[in-house]
Formats: sequence, C-alpha cells, structure tokens
Amino acid sequence: MPLTDGPALKMEGVSVYYGAIPAVREVFLDIPAHKITAFIGPSGCGKSTVLRCFNRTNDLIPSAKVQGNVFFRGVNLYSKKVDPVEVRRRIGMVFQKPNPFPKSIYENIAFGARINGYQGNMDELVETSLRRAAIWDEVKDKLKNSGLSLSGGQQQRLCIARAIAIQPEVILMDEPCSALDPISTLRIEELMQELKEQYTIVIVTHNMQQASRVSDKTAFFNAEATDQGGKLGYLVEFNDTVTIFTNPKQDYTRDYVSGRFG
Amino acid sequence: MTLSSNPRDLSDLQGDANSQFKPNLRSRYRLDRAFELLTWLATLISLIVLVTLLFDVIGDGAGSLNWDFLTSPPSRRAARAGLWPALVGTVWLLGITAVVAFPIGVGSGIFLEEFAPDNWFTRLIEINVGNLAAVPSIVYGLLGLTVFVDILRPITGGTSVLAGGLTLALLILPIIIVSTREALRAVPSSLRQGGFALGATRWQVIRDLVFAQSLPGILTGTILALSRAIGETAPILVVGAAGYIAFTPPLSLEGLQSDFTALPIQIYVWISRAKKDFEPIAAGGIVVLLVVLLLMNTSAILLRNKFQNKKL
Repeated sequence: MPLTDGPALKMEGVSVYYGAIPAVREVFLDIPAHKITAFIGPSGCGKSTVLRCFNRTNDLIPSAKVQGNVFFRGVNLYSKKVDPVEVRRRIGMVFQKPNPFPKSIYENIAFGARINGYQGNMDELVETSLRRAAIWDEVKDKLKNSGLSLSGGQQQRLCIARAIAIQPEVILMDEPCSALDPISTLRIEELMQELKEQYTIVIVTHNMQQASRVSDKTAFFNAEATDQGGKLGYLVEFNDTVTIFTNPKQDYTRDYVSGRFG
Repeated sequence: MTLSSNPRDLSDLQGDANSQFKPNLRSRYRLDRAFELLTWLATLISLIVLVTLLFDVIGDGAGSLNWDFLTSPPSRRAARAGLWPALVGTVWLLGITAVVAFPIGVGSGIFLEEFAPDNWFTRLIEINVGNLAAVPSIVYGLLGLTVFVDILRPITGGTSVLAGGLTLALLILPIIIVSTREALRAVPSSLRQGGFALGATRWQVIRDLVFAQSLPGILTGTILALSRAIGETAPILVVGAAGYIAFTPPLSLEGLQSDFTALPIQIYVWISRAKKDFEPIAAGGIVVLLVVLLLMNTSAILLRNKFQNKKL
C-alpha cells in the first residue's frame, strides 16, 4: 500500500522523561513516506530516544514516560486503543549492535512471522526476506547454521531481513553501521536505497557523511545543559538533507555539520 | 634522535639515564611470580585434601564393593549388609525433589526476574530468598516434620519418602530460584529488545528467546542443587528416615507413603555402630554415594553441552 500523501510518521510536541528527569523536549517532526530520514546530533541529544518513540520501545523501560502525540498514518500511536505489540509489527527496528537470535538463519527470519501468526508459505517468506536484504546468496546453502556464525556485516543484514519478514511499513535503524567496517557499511547503505522504495526509513547516525550520502531529510538534534546538571535534547532543525548540509538556518547546525563541534 | 654506538638493550638507548621512569622490572616480575606461587599453593592444598579423602575412602571401602553389597538389604552382620534400600531410597527422594522443586523454583525465578515490578515487596522477597539459601538444613528438617509429617499426614503418610522428598525440595528451592535468576540475568538485553521489536509479547520473548538461551544455566543450577540434596542427612533424619529398612519403596503411588532410608543415613548408621567391622562397608557406602554424585554432575555437564550445541 503506497503512501503518497501525508507524512508516514508525525510527532507533535513529544517530550520524553526518565523518571522525573526530562530527556527530550517538545519535538515536532513530519517523516515523509518512502524517504530516508536521518537523525544526527552529538551523543546524549536524545536521537535514539526519539526514534524509540515511533515503535513504543520506550514502553519497555519502566521509568520512561512519553508526552505528546506520535501519529502513524494519522493514527495516534499512544492512544489507549493502540496495542504496542501491533505497533512494532508495523514499525520494525534494526539495532546498533547486530543482535541475531541464537537460532538458525532460517529461524531468525521465521521467528517474527510465526509469532505474529503468519499464514503464508514460510520457506518463500524466508527466501524473499533474505533476498531483499541482499544476503540470500551468502547464506542460501547454510540456512540451518546459526545466525551467530555470520560476520558482523552479514549479521546486520540478517537483522534487516528479520525486520522485513514481518512486512512492516517503516524500518527504524538505530546507528545500524556503527559496529561495522566500511565495506559492510557501504552494503547496508546501498541496501537502504533499494529498501526505501517499499519502506519508510528513519536512521539514527553519528556519521555525518553517512547522513549526507543516504538520506533525503535530516533532523539535527542538540542537547542543552539543564539546571540539575543533566542534558536535555531538542530538535534544532529539520529540512532536506541538502539544505541541512549546505545552507542550514541555524548556526548550531552549521557548526555541527562543518565539524566545528561534536 | 641519535643512538648510542652499539645498543643491545632498550635501556642502552640514549637519553634513558635521566628518565623519570624507574621501571624496576626485576622486582615487579618477582611479585608476579610470588603471587602465581601463592595461588598455585592454594590449589595444591585443596587438591591434596580431595585426593587424600578419595584414597582413604576407596582404600577402606574397595574391599566391600561388590554386586551383593549393592543389591542386598542391610543386615546386623557386616559381611551380609548391603545398601540396596538406601540406594533406591535416594533415587526416590531425588525424583520427588526434582519433580517438585524444578517447576516451582524455575517458575518463581522467572516471575521475580521477568515479571515482578521493582518495588519494596519484591525486594523483600528477593532478600528472603537469598537468606533462605543460607538457612541450616536442620531447620528445613524441623519445618518438614511439622508440615509434611504432622499436618499433611493424610497425604504423605507421616514419616514417608514423600515427606522426605518434599523437605529436600524446600531445602533446594532457594538455590534453584537464585541460579535461575542468574541464568536469566545473563541473557543480553539486546536479545529481548530484538524480540520485542518484532512484535513479540512478553510471554513469546521469554519462551522462545530468553528461556531457550538460559536453559543450560538453569539446568546446571538445578542439578548442582540436587547434588546438594543427595548428600543431606540432617533434614531427612528429622523427618524420620529409618536406619534399618529391609525393603524398598514399591514403585507406585502407595510407595510414596512408605518408610524409607537413604545413602547418607545408611552410612551414618553404619559409622555410628560400635562394631569395627562396619567401617569398611560404611566406606563402601561413601564410594557409592560419590559415584552417584559424579554421575549426576556428569549428566549436568552433558545436558548443558547438548542444549548449548542445539542453539548453534
């Protein structure tokens, strides 16, 4: 189902607290469908925290509290009627460190489908998912081997295949290449370009070259010191990637993307 | 930078004389060696104790080990005494203990680690479980005497193998809970997050990812706890294990209510006899007990390896 009009994801005044301590304040964002949106910013500015609001994985941290509204195709993800498990089925996630399950490559893919009650042909699904994640040729002869036997880059593509297998509409990526070498990173970036035709992608990255290479839109986050000595993240600027990197409106953004701090 | 005419050593390099670093390598290495020696000595001492014990027991008991010794009932004459009822009693006890303690212990461990909210009540339970693991076994015996032998007499039949097994189950329950929790805690959180991110419910994450990953650790902890139960004498003595049983509990539901004895009890009874000729058969009993223990620990390792390999 192509999403041509309207943003895929929308944040309206989202603030996140850990206990009583605010971590991110009042983010307003429109994430376009079938585009790659990058979140950049220094450590501790809350990019990952904001990302986790989209699939409600912040719910898993007992002390975390999310205020404001997050809309997925117009549905408020934080309304009482919405089940977080259903949210995560539609909005997949890939983590910083590849985390394949200690199961066979086949089972790594089949697991998500099975627990979500997939009725179709499992062999077919496993093959398509692995093909789309550009790892099929490397693993087709050893589907019974452990997912952990693969190299780091392969493991991360396996994790992408695993996320694709439950047919989400959005894929969140939390620094997916930070544990990988440049060649594996390149493969993942190429893969993202192919995937964006079918999926909306949001990626958190520390690597500004990566953001400028792969993304269509870029959100720059920064952190300000709070009275209690903590850090409070906020969205500084959100625009087309080209604009952010060549002609940003805020001085902070200009300093950051030109490498003057961070 | 110029080098001295013919350096043979790093310290011969020019500019080293007025360095502010005094490497003092010789004495640093001496300390290193000394510490290694101390740890080696500590290992040696425990090894000597173990080997002496084994040699002593095997030397005394080897003569009395034979098929008849294993398969005969005890007797007032040392030459005819055997430990068949004690061996069967021990197997009975272990079976009951395992069947009762494993599901309850693992269940509580999973609840405390995965489901329970972090509040004063669960912290109180945690502290208590930790303390229970250190309570002397005789106290469990007294508890078993009151609860299983007296109050639950209609079910257990009084001083029965069932009462003994339940008492031992109580005794090892805290150990199983603690080791289950440790095994669960060792599962990396990235695994749980990966499961949740795919739309798994808590139960699915626990069943398919966390439990599968921690099963070897849980099994190891359980079998080590059972190994502790097998050697316990005091609690089952209190709940009425008999010193002289000429029959074995029948393999039936009624068998659960029958009188029983166990290896440690049998050994204890033999040793406390005045007659010298019971000493070798007591030693023989100890050898049998050690072999049973060894078999259990071996099976623990084999089980663990099997599950670890299955994962990969």
